[in-house]
Amino acid sequence: MNKTFSATACLLLMTAPAALAGAHGDCAAGKTLEDGVLTVATGNPAYYPWVLNDAPESGEGFEAAVAYAIAAEMGFEGDAVRWVRTSFDEAIQPGAKNFDFNLQQYSITPEREQMVDFSLPYYTSAMAVLTTQAVIDAGAQPTVESLKGLVWGADANTTAVPMLAEIVQPERDPLLYGDNADVTAAMQAGQIDAALFDLPTALYLSAVVVEGGAILGQFPANRSENPDQFGLLMEEGNPLRDCVDAAITALTESGRLAEIEAEWLQQATGVPVIE
Amino acid sequence: MPNPDQGGAAALSAAPTRREIHEARLRRRSGAIAAGSTLLVIGAIVLFVPMAPGWEAVRRSFFNAEVFRKTFPGLLEAFLVDVAIFLWCAPAIALLGLVIALCRDVRAPALFPLRLFGALYTDVFRGLPVVLVVYLIGFGVPGLGLPRPWNSPYIWGSLALILVYAAYVAEVIRSGIDSIHVSQRSAAASLGLSEADTMRYVVLPQAIRNVAPANMNLFIALQKDVALLSFIGPVEIFRQAGVYKSLLANFTPYVGAALIFLAITIPATRYADYLLHRQRRRQS
Repeated sequence: MNKTFSATACLLLMTAPAALAGAHGDCAAGKTLEDGVLTVATGNPAYYPWVLNDAPESGEGFEAAVAYAIAAEMGFEGDAVRWVRTSFDEAIQPGAKNFDFNLQQYSITPEREQMVDFSLPYYTSAMAVLTTQAVIDAGAQPTVESLKGLVWGADANTTAVPMLAEIVQPERDPLLYGDNADVTAAMQAGQIDAALFDLPTALYLSAVVVEGGAILGQFPANRSENPDQFGLLMEEGNPLRDCVDAAITALTESGRLAEIEAEWLQQATGVPVIE
Repeated sequence: MPNPDQGGAAALSAAPTRREIHEARLRRRSGAIAAGSTLLVIGAIVLFVPMAPGWEAVRRSFFNAEVFRKTFPGLLEAFLVDVAIFLWCAPAIALLGLVIALCRDVRAPALFPLRLFGALYTDVFRGLPVVLVVYLIGFGVPGLGLPRPWNSPYIWGSLALILVYAAYVAEVIRSGIDSIHVSQRSAAASLGLSEADTMRYVVLPQAIRNVAPANMNLFIALQKDVALLSFIGPVEIFRQAGVYKSLLANFTPYVGAALIFLAITIPATRYADYLLHRQRRRQS
């Protein structure tokens, strides 16, 4: 009696996820580029800690893990996920896309939303000020007042640019670059004092890339002005969006998304908040 | 051809000859054909391009009136940075180009190292992509630990442009110097001019005038290549357009930037063509 019960319970437990997955799988049926395959795009190269070792197929790194979790919710097993690489510009160019969705820290903004579709956010990022120990020793403080006097740099393709203009309002015009590597090169050459990045990227750059790098402070993730929320980018009118949103909602509610975040993204409790 | 029947120049200009009538008809006819075929091509583009299935998306993404209005003033302002960089680079390029060209022309055996330097310089800087030189000098030299403001990307980026373009200008000027026949040098020497004076008063004035149109083309190219400085930080028009593109997920700002460039470069190109044409007429 007892045995039968537990066996039934086991069976139920085993079939429940399968049934769930089956239900989700239906919502993506016929809506992907290739039937039964989910094509996911990321950057070229994809950076730490979003993707580890530039190898999203391993599922290691925050965005790689999120992509596989979303795919699983939608009913795509690991080997049914295919990766492609795109630049930012390829992702927004008009015409047929070569991906079902694209994740490489795209901030959701109403202006971008007019040209492409975004999913619900999968991550809300704090913005952090990357600088060098030399600049801090010279007296830079984590206050907006002190930040104004620095020479700023940023990646021109990010929402850090308008954020600098609106919140920091530096005295000198910021210098802008094509990618992270150029920003850090300019910092190393002493051409800029500080640069604005999302916190995980800033932590990585300060620890590994910039010699003598340091984080001066952060604008926390839950700030009311200019919240920086990352969404999956899709071609406008992509029928897959509802299905993706349902998957993200399920992952958020089950706490799985927070688990992935805790696993791959470092907690930045030590970084002072900028007044 | 004077027509003996009509006699006198006045009568000739009053009544066109049969040949003139025939030529005028030919001209009208080819003019009409040219206009017709041009209209046909433009008509086909206007008619068929919008019929492409993706046209609506392309229009929204590249020719978006609202985005254009919003970004154009900012682009114009950023273009002033391009103009400023161009203005301080151009004289330096002309000067350095001339010096290198003269280096390549020294004839005294003792100064052979100068010749060698000139040849090496032009070989190296003409052989490298401009953007590579901008990167190497723009990030590399300030990385040596120069203090502000001497590590500014404006200084070192400009230097990169100056070095590369001076190599091209030097080659052009050298071809101008070579175009002056050696007999002129001999003549100048026989008049008692020193080598330096011969170069200064006889060869260079003619040489530089001969190659002015070719140099003009180089400076038009320079105006466009100023945009390469955006790679090392300065927010000039190309970078500003990129910022707008990223924020609005729309390529229209690039079209705006292209229009601004064309507004400068097309008149300049036409002027260079005119110079070239005038020079050919003078020489023939």
